[in-house]
Amino acid sequence: MRSAMSQSRAAAVVTGWGTLLLVLLAVELLIVRGVINGFIVPRPSQVLAAIPRIVIEEDVLHRFGQTALEVLWASLMLAAIGLALGMLLYRFRLLRLATETWVAALASAPIVLMYPLFLVIFGRSATTIVMIGFAAGLPPVILKTVEGLAGTRHVLVNVGRSFRLNDAQLFQKILLPAALPSIFVGLRLGLIFAMINIVGVEFLINFGGLGQLINELAERYDLPGTYGAILFVILVSIVFFVLTEKAEQWLRPGR
Amino acid sequence: MSADAQAVSMAAAASAAPVPAAHALEVQDITKRFVTAEGVVTAIDQLSLTVAPGEFLSVIGPSGCGKSTLFNIIGGLVGDYQGRVTVGGEIISGTHPAIGMVFQEESTFPWRTVLENVAFPLEVMGVPRQERFERARRFISMVGLDGFERRFPSELSGGMRQRVAIARTLASEPKILLMDEPFAALDEQTRLLLGDKVLQIQQALRQTTLLITHNITEAVQLSDRVLVMTYRPGRLKRIVAIDLPHPRDSEVVSSTAFGRYVAEIWHDLREEASLGMREDESRVLRRDAS
Repeated sequence: MRSAMSQSRAAAVVTGWGTLLLVLLAVELLIVRGVINGFIVPRPSQVLAAIPRIVIEEDVLHRFGQTALEVLWASLMLAAIGLALGMLLYRFRLLRLATETWVAALASAPIVLMYPLFLVIFGRSATTIVMIGFAAGLPPVILKTVEGLAGTRHVLVNVGRSFRLNDAQLFQKILLPAALPSIFVGLRLGLIFAMINIVGVEFLINFGGLGQLINELAERYDLPGTYGAILFVILVSIVFFVLTEKAEQWLRPGR
Repeated sequence: MSADAQAVSMAAAASAAPVPAAHALEVQDITKRFVTAEGVVTAIDQLSLTVAPGEFLSVIGPSGCGKSTLFNIIGGLVGDYQGRVTVGGEIISGTHPAIGMVFQEESTFPWRTVLENVAFPLEVMGVPRQERFERARRFISMVGLDGFERRFPSELSGGMRQRVAIARTLASEPKILLMDEPFAALDEQTRLLLGDKVLQIQQALRQTTLLITHNITEAVQLSDRVLVMTYRPGRLKRIVAIDLPHPRDSEVVSSTAFGRYVAEIWHDLREEASLGMREDESRVLRRDAS
């Protein structure tokens, strides 16, 4: 059974990369044939060729590290504060009923537009960027934590009660592990929101990281370089997704 | 001696000391009412029963007669009732270490292996890791799951998962095993074979067992006595002593005496089940009319 599973996983990876390659080839062809304007969208081959240049000339690795570090800080804050708030809302039903809609509404608020306020509070620094990323990623973490805890199958709670678990044991040994899949969905969503906002604010306030690089390259009309830098943003996202997946597998085996 | 039988006898030696009182479990005049949208519903009315040490008692009744409510009251998961529950002469309220519960729904922890699931109650009790795994292995062997210790529940069949749940409850070494339709989600053949396994364990451990079920065959196959409940409110209708020879297994279902017991219980149950069906129909009609 396990070998069949690893085979289908390998097939999925091959299909994924194959599809990506086909799409890139199609885009390349459409640009060469003039269907897509080459002055707006650079050819994928040009983007690939620009990568070594921006790595050497634009110090991409340093900027990559800077953005990744900001995302890491925002993620850690999301995990610590987002989970704690989610647990609080689960524990106190009245508080949850009173605020759940507001939290959901906050998820759709364009927090990035509040960057001047954050600049006033935290100054033109990485702290501003991290705080905006954190604020933008908070709602899904809270909501999915509440959903996961509240959605724990009642029979599992009853098993815990039949073994006379106290509230803390019930939470640690049953509620939390049962809610982990939902919590990780929330963390991944929060991470997406945080990343978009972190790169967006770096772009807007022209302060460090890949967002600033994208801004500079776009101003110079270096389109292959701009898209190459965007690839590094995607790489940050991939790194964090893989990390959360590994953390979930470690914390919650047997899925 | 087979590995299974050895495991059973080892566990029998390790099982809890016999309860000194005449009754291992006594339920006296239990009445439970629920407030619903349709008004106050009496789920159980003045129900009393006793279970002797080492006895296997089944409670059978039509759907909606309050069987699961009774299970939850005895297990301490439901409060606010009239009457009392005593274990070995001690009045209990809430959950009690002498009572181990096996639930109808799939209740294994999907994030724990079979071994970790079965060792769970021992972990809660603070038994050191190595000792609790050794003890858990005994109960895994008892339910016939040797070799599956490192598997996760998602890798097992429904019947195997239910055996894990039974082993987990047995690992807490309860004086009274309380089971709420543990085989309800299983097919008939698995149900019969699992019944054999439960009976084998019960006889080896002399485990006092109370089984809640709506399956007459299962009740007769496993029990020393069968308590028949009325449809809502759940009251005691009749107690049938099952005088079939021990040790018993699923072969017993083909005997004439078995068929007679099934017919006798069905005679009592049919009336109650029909009443329940008629009430369900009129409730739907009332709801449609309003």
